[in-house]
Amino acid sequence: MMNDMPQAVQEQSAARRTGDVVLDLQNISLSFGGVKALTDISFDVREHEIRSIIGPNGAGKSSMLNVINGVYHPQQGRILFRGEERRRMEPHMAAAQGIARTFQNIALFKGMSVLDNIMTGRNLKMKCGLLANALYWGRARKEEIEHRVKVEEVIDFLEIQDIRKTPVGALPYGLQKRVELGRALAAEPSLLLLDEPMAGMNVEEKQDMCRFILDVNDQFGTTIVLIEHDMGVVMDISDRVVVLDYGKKIGDGVPEEVRANEDVIRAYLGTSH
Amino acid sequence: MGFFLETLFGGLMAGMLYSLIALGFVLIYKASGVFNFAQGAMVLFAALAMARFAEWIPKWLGFDNLIVANLLAFVVAMALMVVLAWVIERLCLSRLVNQEGITLLMATLGISYFLDGLGQTLFGNDIYSINVGMPKEPAMILEGMFEGGLLISKEDLVAALIAAALVLALALFFQKTSTGRALRAVADDHQAAQSIGIPLNRIWVIVWSVAGFAALVAGIIWGSKLGVQFSLSLVALKALPVVILGGLTSVPGAILGGLIIGVGEKLSEIYLGSFFGGGIEIWFAYVLALGFLLVRPQGLFGEKIIDRV
Repeated sequence: MMNDMPQAVQEQSAARRTGDVVLDLQNISLSFGGVKALTDISFDVREHEIRSIIGPNGAGKSSMLNVINGVYHPQQGRILFRGEERRRMEPHMAAAQGIARTFQNIALFKGMSVLDNIMTGRNLKMKCGLLANALYWGRARKEEIEHRVKVEEVIDFLEIQDIRKTPVGALPYGLQKRVELGRALAAEPSLLLLDEPMAGMNVEEKQDMCRFILDVNDQFGTTIVLIEHDMGVVMDISDRVVVLDYGKKIGDGVPEEVRANEDVIRAYLGTSH
Repeated sequence: MGFFLETLFGGLMAGMLYSLIALGFVLIYKASGVFNFAQGAMVLFAALAMARFAEWIPKWLGFDNLIVANLLAFVVAMALMVVLAWVIERLCLSRLVNQEGITLLMATLGISYFLDGLGQTLFGNDIYSINVGMPKEPAMILEGMFEGGLLISKEDLVAALIAAALVLALALFFQKTSTGRALRAVADDHQAAQSIGIPLNRIWVIVWSVAGFAALVAGIIWGSKLGVQFSLSLVALKALPVVILGGLTSVPGAILGGLIIGVGEKLSEIYLGSFFGGGIEIWFAYVLALGFLLVRPQGLFGEKIIDRV
């Protein structure tokens, strides 16, 4: 389905520069009770790259993402982020280190408008504390306006100007996904985790989303870790791909390598899903 | 006409006091999605602390000045409510992140019993009084317009004004500030809120502290009116129909709900009471709330639940 994307975009993604390792996962094992979700998984993520995690349902992809942003704490293994080993980490600390994410089942604040949802993404950048908010009206207000400018940039970037006042609960699925991406972008992350950003979308929406992901990567230099079901999409936009099956790593490399890997073909491409 | 207006004003002011308690419910619900059963216990606890510290502090420090004693007692009681908020978060809520609403509700039920006991253990279980210098004598207004004028309770009037100011401040805080937005975000989705860097534990301490503040103000006003005793924690039951009517998520809803219930109670007692043999003031609010649940379950101002299927 990606073949009908403009030639220029594809070349652009191929020509992206990748840098040092920013995230290094070593021998990660995670289990819930007796059920093993991840077994001895190691891979790394380099600066500026689009790194995809693929695999059949229940392979442990979302668990992997949840380990990266601190929702789950693996029983074994080491995680190095920017060279430093991470001890126990909570999601809000991961956010403070510049890791933003979206969720497989959209997790937007349904009662709020699109604008307010994206504004919450600026939360960490806001300096005014509770008391300033309650008492020092002037400064808190000025800060609000500064952040609003940033948020408007995100809104323009994602081309959702006309829905900024709409409550997100009332939006179609594809647009909600886009708003969720906007909320993550508003935090100006250095590492962006996307959990199936294109699930449940039609062809046109998928193309739009691909374009946004590539643009984010290209224009802001954001490193992206992406979980995706759609093989075509993954192979077209990723720099490197990790393949999981039943919580184990069965493949890792550039798309061409992965596509040629026997195990991957057997586990993933061969099965219907 | 004069009598009608008098009843109306009486109802409005009683309603304002209901709103004050309902506010505590709404605050915690808005900010953490928890229906806090312990709000009544918090009102009692705060009122007990206020009453006893106002009595103890002058003795400890050896002075005799009502205003200073009250101010100090207020500060200490507020500090106590913040500590309480912190302890509740540490020992209880932080262990229940991402749990169902019903689990959290049960937890607050436990907190409510614990607080009732703790308050009376620490501060005693007699009837205490709070004297913050509220005017006790009624006032006559509009004597030129009606024969005999209108009799208004000054105490209720002052209480209503305080409640109104508090509600206004909180409504602005929630809608206009970034902290308010963070609170709303937490209420909506714990996981998503954490992923954008909102620390849940700090937010919960803030919310429970603010709810503690609302409980303290309500406790002082109700306490100075009725005396501080165990039955104060039951006043919270009166706030239940108010939040159902106004909507659990709306601060202005709490205030309007309170006014409707207050006025409804008084007017129905006077004008309908004789048909039921009197005493309808006690149950009127609940029947009204029941009717509302059938017609408009999200309340007057509650956020309409939009769900795509």
